[in-house]
Amino acid sequence: MSRKTRGSIWLTISYVLLAVVGVFSVYPALWVIMSSLRTGNSLYSETLLPTSLTFGHYANLFDKYDFAHWYVNTLKIAVTTTVIGTILTLLPGYAFSIFRFSGRKTMMSTLMVLGLFPGFMSMIAVFILLNLMNLLNTHFAVILVYAAGAPLFFLFAKSYFDTIPKSLVEAARIDGAGHLNIFFRIVTPLSTPLIVYTALSIFAGSFTDFIFAKLVLRTPEKKTLAVGLFDMISTRQATDFTTFAAGCVLIAVPITFLFILLQRLLTEGLTAGAEKG
Amino acid sequence: MQEFIMERNRSKLTRTYSRTAAVLSALAMGLGQLYNRQYMKGVILLAVHALALYTFIFRLPHAVWGLVTLGETETQLKKVGRLYKQVMGDHSVFLMIEGLVTVFVALIFLWIYVMNIKDSYRTGKMREQGEVPNTFKETVSFVMSYRFPYLILAVPLAGVFFFTIMPIVFMILIAFTNYTAAHTPPKNLLDWTGFEAFKDLFRIKEWSRTFYSVTLWTIIWAIVATLTGYFGGFAVALLVQQKRIRFKSFWRTLFILPYAIPMFVSMLILQNMFNGQFGPVNQYLGLLGIDRIPWLSDPTWAKVTLVIANFWVAFPVSMLMIIGIMSTIPKDMYEAADIDGASSFQKTRLITFPSVMYSMAPLVIMSFVGNMNNFNVIFLLTNGNPINGDFQYAGNTDILITWLYKLSMENGQYNFASVIGIIIFILLSVFAIWNVRRTKAFKEDTSS
Repeated sequence: MSRKTRGSIWLTISYVLLAVVGVFSVYPALWVIMSSLRTGNSLYSETLLPTSLTFGHYANLFDKYDFAHWYVNTLKIAVTTTVIGTILTLLPGYAFSIFRFSGRKTMMSTLMVLGLFPGFMSMIAVFILLNLMNLLNTHFAVILVYAAGAPLFFLFAKSYFDTIPKSLVEAARIDGAGHLNIFFRIVTPLSTPLIVYTALSIFAGSFTDFIFAKLVLRTPEKKTLAVGLFDMISTRQATDFTTFAAGCVLIAVPITFLFILLQRLLTEGLTAGAEKG
Repeated sequence: MQEFIMERNRSKLTRTYSRTAAVLSALAMGLGQLYNRQYMKGVILLAVHALALYTFIFRLPHAVWGLVTLGETETQLKKVGRLYKQVMGDHSVFLMIEGLVTVFVALIFLWIYVMNIKDSYRTGKMREQGEVPNTFKETVSFVMSYRFPYLILAVPLAGVFFFTIMPIVFMILIAFTNYTAAHTPPKNLLDWTGFEAFKDLFRIKEWSRTFYSVTLWTIIWAIVATLTGYFGGFAVALLVQQKRIRFKSFWRTLFILPYAIPMFVSMLILQNMFNGQFGPVNQYLGLLGIDRIPWLSDPTWAKVTLVIANFWVAFPVSMLMIIGIMSTIPKDMYEAADIDGASSFQKTRLITFPSVMYSMAPLVIMSFVGNMNNFNVIFLLTNGNPINGDFQYAGNTDILITWLYKLSMENGQYNFASVIGIIIFILLSVFAIWNVRRTKAFKEDTSS
C-alpha cells in the first residue's frame, strides 16, 4: 500500500471517529430537546423523532410551575454574584501577581488549601451563621456566600496576570499613575480572556447551584431554577418527564449559548494556568 | 537593652515623644495619635477602642464560657404554677458559633491594639528627629500607594474569613463533640468528647467497614475518572488537530457541548437516559438484540455508568486545554522532524506527547483532586445508590464526599461527618500543596 492510500484510509477513519464522538457528545442534548417537544408525558418513546410536535410542555412550565419567577430570581442572583465575585477573584490574583509583601506566600497557600474544602462540608456552620444574622431565606444570603467563596479560585487570575509584562506596570507607575488607575486602565483591558473565563465560571456556578440554594431558600417564591427543577424531578419525575425536559432545555440554553459563543476566550483563559508548567 | 540606654541618653537632649505616645496609646487606642497631633486617626482609633472595650467586657467572658462548657442549663419542663412549661436551655451550637465569632473579633481588636502602639511609637520617633507627622490625607495616600496590596486583599480575605475559615473551624470543632441525630441541640446539650468519634470510626465494625470500602472506591474512582477524561481528551484533540481534517472549529464546537451544558442539568438527563426500564440507552441496545443492562441498579454497572458519564463531561475540558497547549509547540520542531523523515505517529509520540504531558501535569493532578471530591456527578447520577445494607448510611457508589453529605444533611451524624471531612481534607491538602509548590506560578517569584 502506498503512503498516499494509507493516508486517505486513515483520513476516512478519522472522520468516522470524529462523527462517532460527535454523536456521543450531542446525543443527550438532542434527546432532551426531542423529549421536550413530544406529546404525552412519559420517559419512554418509540422513536427518537417525535411523531407529533407540541410546545405545550413549555407553556406548562409557566402555567403549572412558577417558572418565570424562578428565572428572574436566578438571573438576579447569578448576575450580582458574577459582578462581585469576579472583582473579588481578580483583586487577590492581581495583588499576588504584581506585588511583593510580607505574608504573601502564607496567604496564597492558605487560600489554595481552603479552596480544597468543598463548600458544603461546612454548610451547616454557614447556615447557622446566616440564621444568627437573620438572613435565612433571602437572596442576599445566597449572593453573599457565593461571592465570598469566589476568591479561593484566585490562582487562575494570578497565573494570567503573571504573563503581563511587569515593565508595563512599572512604566505607568513612573509616569505617576495610581494603582487603581493602572489596574482598570492598563491591566484589565489586557485580560479579557481571564475576565471572561472567571465571570463565566462564576455565572454558571451560581446559575446552577442547587445544594446551597435549596438549604437557604425556603419559600416557593424565593426558589431558583436549579432548586425548582431539582424538586420537580425528585417529586414527579415519573409522571411528568416531558415538562422536566422542557425545563432542562430552558435552563441549559443560555449557559450553553454563552460557552459556545465565548469558546475562543475560554480556551485562552483555561490554558493560562497550564502553559506555565 | 542597649537601645533603651541610648534612648534615655538622647531623651535628655530631645523630648521623649515616642515613649509618651506609646504609653498613651497603650492606655487607650488613639491617645498617642492625638498626642502626636494626628487628630483624625486618633478619633477613629478612640472609637475602635470603645468598641473593643465593649467586646472584651460584655461579650468575651460569655463567649469563652460558651466555648468551654457548651452550655450548662438543659432544656427542661418546669412547673410554673400548675402547668408544666418548657423552658429553653442553652443552645450548644449557637454558643459555639457565637463564641468563635467573638473570639475572632477579640483577636482582631488585639492586633489593632498592638499596631496602634507601634504606630504612635514610630510617629513619636519621627517627631524626635524633627519631622512632621503625616496628616490624615498623607496617611491615606501612603496607604493607597505602599499598602495597596493589603488594601485590595482586605475585602476578599474578610469574606473568606467569615464564610470559609470560620465554618471550617466550627466543623473541626464538631468532630470533637457528641453532635449526632440522637443528641441535637436545643433539646440536648453537647459535650466535648475528645477523639471519641475518630476512635469509633475505626473501632465500630459497621463504621470502619464502610469507611474502608468508601475510601477505596473514592481512590479508584478518582484515578479512573481522571485518566479516562485526560486521555480521551488527548485522543480527540489529536484527531481534530490533524493537518488534513477540515472544519476544525465545527468539530470542536460539537465536542464542547457536554462541557457547555450545566452539569446539574446534564447529569439529570443522563440519569434518565440510563434508566433501566424506560431509558433510551437500553431501548437502543434492545434493537441490537442486547438484553437490558441494569445501568443504575447493579453495584458494578452503576460504577461503570458513573465513569461513562464522567468521561462525557470531562473529555471536552482536557481537549480544549490540550489543543491550547498544542498550539504553543513551536512549528519548527515538526518541520525539523519532517526533514528527518519522521512519520506522523513518531511526531506525535516524540514531540506532541511529551510537551503536552509536561504542561498538563499540574492540571491532571488538580483534576485528580477534583474528582476525589466530584460531588455533582455521583450525587446527581446515582446518589450513591444502589443501597448497600452492610454500610452505615452509604450506598455502593458513594465516595467520601457524598457519604459526608448523607451523614450530615440526611442522617444528622454531624460528628462523624466532620471526622470524615477532616480526613478528606488531610488527604487532599497533601496532594495540592505538593503540586502547587512545584508549579511555576508559585515558584517564579523566588527568581524575580
